[in-house]
Amino acid sequence: MQRSTSEFKHQAEVALQDVTLQRAMAKAKGGFVDKRRVAVARLPEFEQIRAEAKAIKEHTLAHLDYYLDQFERKVLESGGQVHWARTAEQACSAVLAIIGGSGKQVLKGKSMVSEEIGLNAAMERAGHTVVETDLGEYIIQLADEPPSHIIAPAVHKTRDQITALFHAEHEKYGLTELVTETEDIVNEARQVLRTKFLSSDVGITGANFLIAETGSTVIVTNEGNGDLTQILPRIHIVTASIEKVVPSLDDMTVLLRLLARSATGQEMSSYNTLSTGPRRADDQDGPEEFHVVIVDNGRSEMLGNEFHDMLRCIRCGACLNHCPVYSAIGGHAYGWVYPGPMGSVLTPLMIGLENARDLPNACTLNGRCGEVCPMSIPLPDMLRTLRFKEHERKLSNARARWALKAWGWLAQRPGLYQAVTGVMTAVLGRIGARAGRFRSLPLASGWTQVRDLPAPQGATFQRLWRKRQ
Amino acid sequence: MASAQDTRPPPSVGLFATCLIDLFRPNVGFAAVKLLEKAGCRVTVPRAQTCCGQPAYNNGDQQTTASIARQVIAAFESFDYVVAASGSCIGMIKEHYPRVLKNDSNWCDRAEQLAARCHELTAFLVDVMQMREVESSFAASVTYHDSCSGLRELGVKQQPRMLLSKVGGVTLKEMEDSEVCCGFGGTFCIKYPKISERMVSDKTANITATEADCILGGDMGCLLNIAGRLKRQGSLIKVYHVAEVLAAMTDQPAIGEGES
Repeated sequence: MQRSTSEFKHQAEVALQDVTLQRAMAKAKGGFVDKRRVAVARLPEFEQIRAEAKAIKEHTLAHLDYYLDQFERKVLESGGQVHWARTAEQACSAVLAIIGGSGKQVLKGKSMVSEEIGLNAAMERAGHTVVETDLGEYIIQLADEPPSHIIAPAVHKTRDQITALFHAEHEKYGLTELVTETEDIVNEARQVLRTKFLSSDVGITGANFLIAETGSTVIVTNEGNGDLTQILPRIHIVTASIEKVVPSLDDMTVLLRLLARSATGQEMSSYNTLSTGPRRADDQDGPEEFHVVIVDNGRSEMLGNEFHDMLRCIRCGACLNHCPVYSAIGGHAYGWVYPGPMGSVLTPLMIGLENARDLPNACTLNGRCGEVCPMSIPLPDMLRTLRFKEHERKLSNARARWALKAWGWLAQRPGLYQAVTGVMTAVLGRIGARAGRFRSLPLASGWTQVRDLPAPQGATFQRLWRKRQ
Repeated sequence: MASAQDTRPPPSVGLFATCLIDLFRPNVGFAAVKLLEKAGCRVTVPRAQTCCGQPAYNNGDQQTTASIARQVIAAFESFDYVVAASGSCIGMIKEHYPRVLKNDSNWCDRAEQLAARCHELTAFLVDVMQMREVESSFAASVTYHDSCSGLRELGVKQQPRMLLSKVGGVTLKEMEDSEVCCGFGGTFCIKYPKISERMVSDKTANITATEADCILGGDMGCLLNIAGRLKRQGSLIKVYHVAEVLAAMTDQPAIGEGES
């Protein structure tokens, strides 16, 4: 997808002015947070499961080669094929080679890794037609937009916008009625998608998990469209990244219990579907070919380094839903596939810190993301670690760096510091005493453009304290 | 609180003033001293303190952070306890100094030892000094903002509320999303003023909706941000640090209010 991470600040400011976006975000925010809270409260052993889930992922990551090998062996045993891709380009090439030819109609279920590797664009360049089958993805495909949330890709759209979009785009199917109720909107999408399901050559899905002991891929959805995507076409291709593997079905169930609760506040998503190999002789349905494209794209470099914990992420979206910055600006402002806290860690690691300098900084380190993360990923610490790297590489704003340096120098000299701040507060305190605040102040426009600056009381605490002693 | 039969010497407390209280609101520093002395502590304010180092730390400068951390540790390690009227600065000393100095064999143990003796003011009064009564009255309805570091790094939540419930005349009216960040975030609020504006406006809307007379909190950063936004919006809601109310020291103009 088009990358605009370096435009973060501008995009965020545009998003803040976008009345429709703000309405959609306001509506979504409370829903996710409240539902998760209720779901977690209803599961007394949530913390215990959380610890268990972390241990499962850590064990798997420590033996990642072993479990990926086992997964491959089991896929082959069940008649499927595995394709390894180190880079995004290799992953796209692998998918195109499986599809073959040109002019095919390809169904795609929701897959964030396919967004990450730019698969739709690659398939379109190769002359194929791609139809997104997840309702949210379908909506944004019609709108020609990237997803703005990792589990609710069209969360930034209001119902009115979707009505207008369907009205414009579905006319060619003879659907000319203006649908305004949610149920009618869903039914209309269903009508259009049904014809596509029955006429497509290839179905591509992502995977929430890869099960090493059985060679199964797992998708978790609430619509069932993902199931149709992987069952009806002749070829089923799964795109998944290396850290999706877990040892066993038992391990998967532990993670599933956390995933739905953290994501949507459901105890279980509506459809938890396992695919194991192509159709067998006595199966009633299923694809003739089953392929798994396993993508690295920079992840193996994170193994064992300071960002290792990020590989535990199960893409539930809880950190987005609880991030006050994400809630304020939405996902598009972040400028790439993964928004919010998890994206602000992952994106710089995948596309280079120099291309995403704002992302680790656009965070108040309030800690809410880390608090709700079902996999206990220390997201705020990792964002700060990225700031360390920016500082080391001098990627941060030069003026801010110098100001910080000057302040740091002074802060290490208490006597001088107290003399300087003593004079400063005395002057500001005197000027500001009557009003009690400043509406504007030289060098403080970042503060005063949106709020007044309360005036100092006049003398520093240190000075008054010494006087009192 | 120390009982009458207690023959142990009063615990010594090094008060970490915090740079924002030092610069903007010394009244909070004196309120903290008053409360600590009331709880039976002997309070000292070491001269060799400036700031906890968060501006450097959260802007990526580990070297400056480590120097400041060593300075704070040296100035405070002789006390039984280190207390500050800020969850943010105590979170820094307690949670982050040991990490900042983990590769410095001379200092990491000292950082750990200091960390174990660091407390946010209200948590210290309630959890360590067992304070159960407060001699103060404040005839107002108040709402309380839970500052992020205090809440999530230190578990400060019930302690200030418990103490407030003992202040005569106070009614607590909880706001929606009291645990959601106010948009201060240190230098965040000047680096991304527009995003910060939205966050603090959400906060002031929640505050206003309670119809409380006053908003209290335990961290000057948040309070300066919230007060600044409320004043910009023309609000009459008053902003105080919770220590000022607990110590009956609200005779000064509220944060952001003038003498007139």
